[in-house]
Amino acid sequence: MTLLEASGVETLYGPGCPDCRDATGDRAGTNQCPHCGTVVACAEADLDVEGGEVLGIVGESGSGKSSLAEALALERDPEATVGGEVSYAGHDGNLLDVDYQTRHDLRTGDISLVHQHVRDGLDLEFTGGGNVAEKLLSAGWRSYEDVRARVRELFEETEIPVARMDDPTRTYSGGMQRRVQIARALATDPDLVVLDEPTTGLDVSVQARVLDTFRRVQREEGVAAIVVSHDLGVVRLLADRTLVMRHGRIVESGLTDRVMEDPHHEYTQTLINSVL
Amino acid sequence: MTEHTTTESRDESTGGGTAVPTDSVDAALSAVETEGLSGYNYAYLDEHTKREVRRSMLKAVAIPGHQVPYASRPMPLARGWGTGGIQASLSLLGPEDTLKVIDQGADESVNAANIRRLAANTAEVSTTADTTEADLIQSRHRIPEEVLTDDQRLVLQVPITDALRKVDPSDAANRRRHAHENYGKMWVHLYENVVEYGEINIASRYPTMVAGRYLMDPSPIPRWDVPKLDDADHLTILAAGREARIYAVPPHTAVEPLAFEDRAFTVERFAEQECHACGSTDTYLVEVSEEPGSAAGGAGGEGNGGADDDADGFETRYACNDSSFCAKRRGDPDLLKDHHLDRSGVDWGPATPDADGNGGGEA
Repeated sequence: MTLLEASGVETLYGPGCPDCRDATGDRAGTNQCPHCGTVVACAEADLDVEGGEVLGIVGESGSGKSSLAEALALERDPEATVGGEVSYAGHDGNLLDVDYQTRHDLRTGDISLVHQHVRDGLDLEFTGGGNVAEKLLSAGWRSYEDVRARVRELFEETEIPVARMDDPTRTYSGGMQRRVQIARALATDPDLVVLDEPTTGLDVSVQARVLDTFRRVQREEGVAAIVVSHDLGVVRLLADRTLVMRHGRIVESGLTDRVMEDPHHEYTQTLINSVL
Repeated sequence: MTEHTTTESRDESTGGGTAVPTDSVDAALSAVETEGLSGYNYAYLDEHTKREVRRSMLKAVAIPGHQVPYASRPMPLARGWGTGGIQASLSLLGPEDTLKVIDQGADESVNAANIRRLAANTAEVSTTADTTEADLIQSRHRIPEEVLTDDQRLVLQVPITDALRKVDPSDAANRRRHAHENYGKMWVHLYENVVEYGEINIASRYPTMVAGRYLMDPSPIPRWDVPKLDDADHLTILAAGREARIYAVPPHTAVEPLAFEDRAFTVERFAEQECHACGSTDTYLVEVSEEPGSAAGGAGGEGNGGADDDADGFETRYACNDSSFCAKRRGDPDLLKDHHLDRSGVDWGPATPDADGNGGGEA
């Protein structure tokens, strides 16, 4: 069953004009409209995610991966104009049109986002446990012991030292902060987790452990995920299917193995050949 | 422009009062002394200002716990010293009213005395220290021990209006949270409080839900007083001068302090302590440190209320914070907090003991 289905999703920064979509994209070789200067961060994006599936989105920096992921995760940037249609199995109507309250409910229960920047996702002055508890408390948990037990369980699941649970998050290492974000994202058993660059800024061995943890938890819980990364290795490891983005457009999509072994689009070929 | 040097140059018909000579400080002072308050409107504030404050109060009553902006005029006392409370009081007072002002539980403190005198001078109200005789009570930090009735109004002075500021300094973000009843961050604060102390250990400004909708900062009253707001007979107006916000708890409104199902809200506990002056165990007590043999508070006579001798010779004792009720208790140690009501056994505050003195002192 299709969990999430998106068609024609677009995110525009700027005034916008009728020519924006035609004058940008892969063929035009730019994401900025030459007529009005609007940056078309992503446009004409069609995709679907099945329950329990991991969808990878790769592309170079500025290709629109994060903009697309944020639109799907209901993250709102007040400066952006978001269009298109996203339907979700647990909700009637277009997800991009929901009011604040519905969006808040969906974000605390159904769809989680792991931010690219830790500071966007966590309050570093709160304890690590508190950051995870916030998700539960926002969802209406009112028993202290239940919250405590669930936070401890999530810390164990994501391999964060439970002894550090009550320390301020700013004292955590980068890898631990990522794990806290993942633990927080999984706290209320969502259907879909969107990970925006889950391993950026981590050294290789920590990257491997964070990805390993996420892959295990994702399979155990059967949660669907959208993984955004500029790192082909991350997507190769986690994703069942992969989208390749460039200049704000999806240029290729398919099973991850197929995209990696037999890239059709010229840009994908360059991308895969350029891996060190 | 020599106008300001003479007292006679103003035309009386403008109604603008009389100019004060500025030749010398002495001249100015003597002019004020002789002219008195004749230039001022009734109750100090002009009628438009009072009407505006009352309008904000009505809106605040209509949306319990919601912070309503108002203009907040400059007052003849510094902002943060009760300017919000005094504006609310002066807007409500009429010549028939009796005013009581308390600061930290005491009627005699300098700030309370000055506010009372301003109201008495400009609004010609009578003043009292007796809670049961007052029509309007302005207070900082306390709700009186004696039960307030449905024809009394309580005005609380508020230094910080938003309970959420503790967890996020951004007022814009907090207003959005109030609009959407999104209080997750405050719950995390409580969670971390329990993690650190084993119980919710917020001394004052305890975050409180009003009518199941808005999170309210009940001003710096101790936790002890928060339950008195729940389903109260009286109207409570909370006014902040510096922040120019008014909010209210109308009579018979549900007021619920935030707490976990398994970590209940608790009030302050004074284990085995009693007021050294009146012997009360069911009132909010404060520690007082006195030199041994000093006359202060000596009306208690025996002074056996759990006295502790400090190393420096100072004696730490417990005393009722509500000085007016303490004075009554000294005359009648069995006086109940609801002694003036027709009905008895009113659930007011943490412990209103029954006639046998049971039920007091429990948290």
